[in-house]
Amino acid sequence: MDFLKARLTLGWALRTPLNIALRPMNTETKNLQSSRIRAVISTATDRLAGSVFILPTVLALLFLSIFPLIASLYVSLARFDIVRGGYKLTFVGLNNYKKLFVGSEGDHFLGKFAPGTPLTWLVFGAVVMALAVFLARYLLSARVSIGGLIGRVLLTLGLGVLAWMFVHTLWGGGRLGTASVTLVYVFVGIFFQYILGLMLAMLTVQNLPGRRFFRVVFLLPMMITPVGVAYMFRMLTDTSKGPFTPIWQGLGLINFSWVNNAWGARTAILIGDIWQWTPFMFIVLVAALESQPIEPIEAATVDGANSWQIFRHITWPAILPVSMTLILIRLIEAFKIVDLPNVMTNGGPGTATQSLTYHAYINWRALNIGASAAVAYMLLFLVTFFSMILVNLIRQRAVENL
Amino acid sequence: MERWFQSKSINTPSPVGAMLSYLVLGTWAVLILFPLYWLVITSFKISSQVAEGPFYIPFVDFKPSLDAWKYILVGDLSNDTLRNFSNTLIVAPVSALLALVFGSTAAYALLRFDYRPRVGSILTFIGCVILSIIATSLSVPWPIALAVSIVVFFILLQTIGRRFKHALGNNDIAFWMISQRMLPPIAVVIPIYILFQQLHLLDTYTALIITYVTSNLPIVIWLMRDYLNTIPVELEECASIDGASRYRIFWSIVLPLAIPGLVATFLFVLVFTWNEYLLALFLSSAKVQTLPLTIAAQNATRGPQWWNMSVLILIMIVPVIVIAIILERYITRGLLIGAVKG
Repeated sequence: MDFLKARLTLGWALRTPLNIALRPMNTETKNLQSSRIRAVISTATDRLAGSVFILPTVLALLFLSIFPLIASLYVSLARFDIVRGGYKLTFVGLNNYKKLFVGSEGDHFLGKFAPGTPLTWLVFGAVVMALAVFLARYLLSARVSIGGLIGRVLLTLGLGVLAWMFVHTLWGGGRLGTASVTLVYVFVGIFFQYILGLMLAMLTVQNLPGRRFFRVVFLLPMMITPVGVAYMFRMLTDTSKGPFTPIWQGLGLINFSWVNNAWGARTAILIGDIWQWTPFMFIVLVAALESQPIEPIEAATVDGANSWQIFRHITWPAILPVSMTLILIRLIEAFKIVDLPNVMTNGGPGTATQSLTYHAYINWRALNIGASAAVAYMLLFLVTFFSMILVNLIRQRAVENL
Repeated sequence: MERWFQSKSINTPSPVGAMLSYLVLGTWAVLILFPLYWLVITSFKISSQVAEGPFYIPFVDFKPSLDAWKYILVGDLSNDTLRNFSNTLIVAPVSALLALVFGSTAAYALLRFDYRPRVGSILTFIGCVILSIIATSLSVPWPIALAVSIVVFFILLQTIGRRFKHALGNNDIAFWMISQRMLPPIAVVIPIYILFQQLHLLDTYTALIITYVTSNLPIVIWLMRDYLNTIPVELEECASIDGASRYRIFWSIVLPLAIPGLVATFLFVLVFTWNEYLLALFLSSAKVQTLPLTIAAQNATRGPQWWNMSVLILIMIVPVIVIAIILERYITRGLLIGAVKG
């Protein structure tokens, strides 16, 4: 009975000839012989389905990923010179990487380190304590495995080093390097994009007149090419010809330029980034909210749950997996931010708004292809580090705790 | 007083809630639309009107002119613009559609089948790739190096590769796929250029489409994996008992139920391919250039040509908006209602 019901409602809902799909395949054949052969073939092809479904993707990825990956790894270990009739690669070992950690490139990549102040040690001490507690809690828990332990020790070390870098470059005479600036863009940007995207998605799945208009409007920023968004924000943030000139005048900032203030420039770029990428979070969350079944919500309402309880116990668990995926994709993409700093501020003031990709781009423009590839690989390490944390620790725990 | 806070049905907010919702939505809509309004009026300005300071309202503040639109659409730049426009119109939807097809099948496969690639065979594969690269750099012609390493790979796979028992799971495969997007394009663009140069595919649609499909597959897979996961497996079991093949189940049951997710993913991938800049810069020289290249080219020696740039950005978003308006209605609730009971 249930089968029949499912079939009927489905057919009605989809308006597809589902009954063809659900009809047994080998009943109406006249010739027994041919039907048996067909059955053999169909079971054979069915058994191959697993391979057929995934093989095109794997082959395409292998074709276009393995060679560029290994080739650029080799380039990062080499010096690139233009010679007559082409180019020459000379193997130099880890020289390109060494340059990123010491000397002038070190200032550029890691930032300029200031001597420690009490505040520095206070913040760093707090971070170390938190990491130690995290590790100790894992060691005291019942489920300790070698792989899990290695992963968590690496995580603790990595986060500790990053925290040390941050506290020494953020205050005093320090200056943020391209690595820290990229991390600021990524985490501040994603935080606001997710919160705004979720809020707007929750509001537009309500039964409001005109919600389709809002949905299409909210998608608009994502559709503009990133270079275009960057030029548009350069127009808007111009303090003497942009639309907000009267406001700047009122604040006495008419001669103010983004080129002078590091955090002002970074904020301008972050606003551009949030403006452009909130729609991505928004559209995916709308689709997730729309595809969750409505019966549990109805049942909860009948039982007298308030809207916060419904959100916390029904909606939130339903959209959590897709949210994790969203954040992972945005994390990977946000690390590659380059158009906004390049067009809006040219990386200035000094190197204050340069991201890692922009750093790689500068080296690349100067035909320092080896150094550029080294920066790109450091970026790859950072992204892998944070994606691993997200996928293995946070995603797993979040999905487990549902 | 009570009824102001009472909602009529589950999905309909109370009057006060509706007002607050409109307030938030309206604020965000203004924040979105104002920069676009500025773009529109800038496209009707001439250079002196931009340089002399902000003018807000056409006909009141300044006299609008069609110079930029004429320059882009019928004047000097029209050949470039229209050719690049039609190129983009071909490349982006085709790539997005192919990525959606291959990506959603792979996502389904990662959900419903168990794959156990052995570590031994993976290591053998990487070894053979390195072997062929070394051979090529020692000036062995690449077709020979490739053929030899494929043969070596299969021999090793049958002998050494089978010794290792340790295998990876579906989650590792998914992570490997998404990790293909982690390296910034600036680092891989030269190897990709060399790859297509060797295949004699530079400046063709094929090269652009292959690159775009491949670079967007991971995103499709990850998003579709979560959407498909919300479809109850009981439906597929019913169909399977009734004798439908795997392909049929996927095509007639899973895909129709995943339409909201498919549409959202398609839109996103379409936007990505539509706006891609760096790879297009390298893989196309004259014939198949796309529109983002035209926009970036407007930052000429005389400084950015704001008015031309605005026109280009505007004509570039129109097709995507049309597609979004057509497709938006499919992102709606209700496909799963009543599908499974008990």
